[in-house]
Amino acid sequence: MSQEILDGLAVIVNEVAGVPVADIQSDKSFIDDLDIDSLSMVEVVMAAEDKWGVKIPDSEVKNLRTVGDAVAYIEKSTA
Amino acid sequence: MRIAITGLGVTTPVGGDVATSWAALLAGRSGIRALPREWAQDLPVRFAGTLAEEPPLDRVEARRLDRSQQSAMVASREAWADAGSPEVDPLRMGTVIGTGIGGVITLLDAYDVLKERGPSRISPLTVPMLMPNGPAAVVGLAHNAAAGVHAPVSACASGAEAVAVAARMITDGRADVVIAGGTEAPIHPLTMAGFAAMRALSTRNDDPSAASRPYDIDRDGFVMGEGAGALILESEEHARARGARIYAYLIGAGLTADAHHIAQPDPEGRGAARAILAALADGEASAEDVVHVNAHATSTPQGDSAEAVAIRLALGSAQPAVTGTKSMTGHMLGAAGAAESVFTVLALHHRRVPPTANLDHQDPSIDLDVVHGEPRQLPDGECVALNNSFGFGGHDVALAFRSA
Repeated sequence: MSQEILDGLAVIVNEVAGVPVADIQSDKSFIDDLDIDSLSMVEVVMAAEDKWGVKIPDSEVKNLRTVGDAVAYIEKSTA
Repeated sequence: MRIAITGLGVTTPVGGDVATSWAALLAGRSGIRALPREWAQDLPVRFAGTLAEEPPLDRVEARRLDRSQQSAMVASREAWADAGSPEVDPLRMGTVIGTGIGGVITLLDAYDVLKERGPSRISPLTVPMLMPNGPAAVVGLAHNAAAGVHAPVSACASGAEAVAVAARMITDGRADVVIAGGTEAPIHPLTMAGFAAMRALSTRNDDPSAASRPYDIDRDGFVMGEGAGALILESEEHARARGARIYAYLIGAGLTADAHHIAQPDPEGRGAARAILAALADGEASAEDVVHVNAHATSTPQGDSAEAVAIRLALGSAQPAVTGTKSMTGHMLGAAGAAESVFTVLALHHRRVPPTANLDHQDPSIDLDVVHGEPRQLPDGECVALNNSFGFGGHDVALAFRSA
């Protein structure tokens, strides 16, 4: 898994929701562990799309349960 | 009615909290400033009452709230702490915060994004930040207000109407404690241009701090301001049971309409006079009991004259000490009625009325005892003060307060 994408995503999640960067690890659930609500999740997705030039459709977002899921999706889309 | 006022909070162009704002008002200090040159260069009016202190919120909270919501949070937090942060059953806790326009800066900024980057780049926070009930909602959420959350919208009377609605929540038995307030963050080129197009704003660009001059013969319009005010309203029983400090009592609210014109006040002041009389009747008070009026006094030629006529019509020959604090804060639109309720309560509490700034030559047609130059001492003993607020659309709200 790309550490670079994980680090970038941690910065975004911190920016959007104020979660400490150190808490944002690949096994953490956005909703259950990081307390990211649905609106914040949309913001995270928009920022990730801008940062990596990828498209994350709504139908995919619901599959991105953990931070690791999102990193893997972005990694696959940018490969 | 008799509702205890147990907490006060403001953020205004003259101060970031109650103590600073009140000291500035007593000193006659203006919060009106030139707007940044580049930002304002194309506007006919290039000054306003901007917040004396940026809202002290953390980064994440700030980015999720429109500026009007930020100010509402700041004023509400101060008021709540001032009331002693009471433990209240959420089912008995309410919030009523009015605004004239709502999240207009959010709306217009989002429209810029839409045009430049397309609909997919619109933030999911756009709607919660622009909706006019947003300030009431975010403050209600912060205080678990489950009895009800309301957001009266009546232009420049919104803040005062919020205080009136909050009082009714208590007298109707729906709540024991209500955060009442008003907020506005209207300083954007579009709103400045819009109010200027109505010829409602002062154009004294060469001397901003002298521009807001209620009742002065040379007044030429109001000065846009931003800010928020909040009061903790509490049933007297609830306040006494917890040994709360009571600043004053809200004893009456009068709400009427001019039924005259969308923007011009009724020059005969009938609707405003009816509001004052209704507030006094509500509080079982007479014109002679009134020692002080915090007037709407926006500094527009027609508005100040109409209000003076209305006060005479309602109070007869009584000559209470009238002040126009907008001479220093500017016109905070939907926040004005709430912030000025705070100032009215403080005047009763401290027995001092702040002066009206810039009253160099009182308009001879205005038959009022306008406090100017220095603060005026109020008499001891039980006395009543009024706060008037009027809004485009013909809304008239008068609130009556009695000293504690």
